[in-house]
Amino acid sequence: MDFGNIFVNYEEAVSMILFGIGFSNLLMQKNLIKKIVGMNIMDTSMYLFLALKGYISGRKAPIVVDGVQSVEAYINPIPSGLVLTGIVVSVSVTALMLALTIRLYNRYHTLDLDEISTRLKKEGL
Amino acid sequence: MAFVQNFPFISILLSLFAGPISSVLDKKWAKRLNLFVIVAIGIMSTAVLIFVLGSGQEYVYTMGHFPAPWGNEIRVGILEAAMALFFCVVMFLCVIGGVLERELEIEETKHNLYYIMVNLLLCSLLALIYTNDLFTAYVFVEINTISACGLIMIRQTGRTIEAATRYMIMSLLGSGLLLLGICFLYSLTGHLLMSNIKGQVALIQAAGAYQVPLLTAICLMSVGLAIKSALYPFHTWLPDAYGYSTLSSAAILSSLVSKGYIFLLVKIFYRVIGFDIIKESKVINVLFVFGIAGMIMGSVSAIRESDIQRMIAYSSVAQIGYIYMGFGLGTTAGIIASIYHILSHAATKSLLFIASSGITDASGKSNDFFDLTGSGYRNRLAGAAFTVGSLSMVGIPMFSGFISKLLFAQAALENRHKILIALLALAISTVLNTVYFLKTVIRIYTPEKREVVIDKGFQDVAIWEQSSKSIAMICLIALNLFLGLCSEPLVALIERGLEMFA
Repeated sequence: MDFGNIFVNYEEAVSMILFGIGFSNLLMQKNLIKKIVGMNIMDTSMYLFLALKGYISGRKAPIVVDGVQSVEAYINPIPSGLVLTGIVVSVSVTALMLALTIRLYNRYHTLDLDEISTRLKKEGL
Repeated sequence: MAFVQNFPFISILLSLFAGPISSVLDKKWAKRLNLFVIVAIGIMSTAVLIFVLGSGQEYVYTMGHFPAPWGNEIRVGILEAAMALFFCVVMFLCVIGGVLERELEIEETKHNLYYIMVNLLLCSLLALIYTNDLFTAYVFVEINTISACGLIMIRQTGRTIEAATRYMIMSLLGSGLLLLGICFLYSLTGHLLMSNIKGQVALIQAAGAYQVPLLTAICLMSVGLAIKSALYPFHTWLPDAYGYSTLSSAAILSSLVSKGYIFLLVKIFYRVIGFDIIKESKVINVLFVFGIAGMIMGSVSAIRESDIQRMIAYSSVAQIGYIYMGFGLGTTAGIIASIYHILSHAATKSLLFIASSGITDASGKSNDFFDLTGSGYRNRLAGAAFTVGSLSMVGIPMFSGFISKLLFAQAALENRHKILIALLALAISTVLNTVYFLKTVIRIYTPEKREVVIDKGFQDVAIWEQSSKSIAMICLIALNLFLGLCSEPLVALIERGLEMFA
């Protein structure tokens, strides 16, 4: 297997490492706020990946200025559109998660999900 | 273009707009609007199904009239229309079945919020069924997750909020992986429309290039959707989420939400990647192993559970395992069996949830196993419905569960390498199912002493007392018998639908 490409496409490698960091944070952290931060890192790494995939070096964002109509002048606009959609999704999901966290904190005065679970098992509903 | 062909798009929009409109309506009108929307979409899906059956071929509906590689598309075939109709029927019965519980468990001012969630859930399920665009599918997967989370936490207790949080965390992990897989696939093929991706994937495969990234993309999408649909090791959120949410939510979540993701996975297998490539990649073996583990471990957990709602929830883990085991067989027969099991599980599990709430109503709202003694006599219809559901889950002929088990066994015969493991797992899982379901059936039909009943204050529940629940149970029993007795045309329908699917 050829690992030389990792150094050529180092930006993609970075985005994948970030994805791993975010993913494992979301999965393994006990603290809810850290989980949410991890989720945001995960989503942002995806936007980096998409933006890289759409970028063609030396070209500009596809906004027609000075009447330049040639396709050669612009980058691929679709990944940018996907990033925008992804941001909308991740903002709404983050808001929901934060709302849930506030609810749990008001009830149990802790952000530790495992502790909440053990207390639930002890106390019932 | 016939007018009927607009119906899939109209039904998605109708449910999408019914959500926000419900927010300004009061409780009664929000419920009426919701039921009207579900019925209307059911009727429209029937019309679409008849149209597609008549024309004998699927059609593509371009959104905004942009041609193929640029615009967004809806693609409608027999399987999609039939699935939409079935989801509407089950959702209608789940919503009317839980009316009484919602009155008790949801705050007075929050009833209309519940119907927003149900409408949005229906919208996202329809979009997942019909869409031909992978990124649109991702967006609606997220809408599905958010509305399902709302359904769980509408009953405000510590348990449900914790369950909703855990559900969100697992779902977000799954959708992160799904999105990464879609990004990989997009960067490999340059397309987002499913049929275009398939063309490019075939070219990549023929050239023998990009094998590792393609495999990675397949893995990421399969694992992502498996996490979201609660395949065995990722099921930890499930018993709490199903066991403590309000009745309609539990029934809808178990019978519809996870099925939407599974349907999307079938779509990815057939329409995006192509089933031959999926068979060659070893991903289905992984799904097979975890499916088998789920079939057995889910049942074992269910046996150890003494809370009836949680027991039924654990049984869902086992049934999801069956579905993934069918995928893992790697034959078209296996996929047909899995799709049939989606139908039979949806019909049976919603029946079981509603029936179990009926028998707990006759036992002072206690979910505890020993309080249920003799409840089959105190609420006769619920007892009968629970028995029907149990027999169907165990796989007694006449009921829907039997047909899906038969189909799984037949599909296993076609795969030389996996036949032994699949049949053994089926047998073990059936025995385990029998243990916990028939144990409960025997318990609810064991007469309780008169003085104990009076002492604990258990009330008899007559059929007409909880009319909405009774109607839902009778309809679901009928649906179960229909699936069990008229399986042949249905299987033929699924087969034709799958042929169109590719």
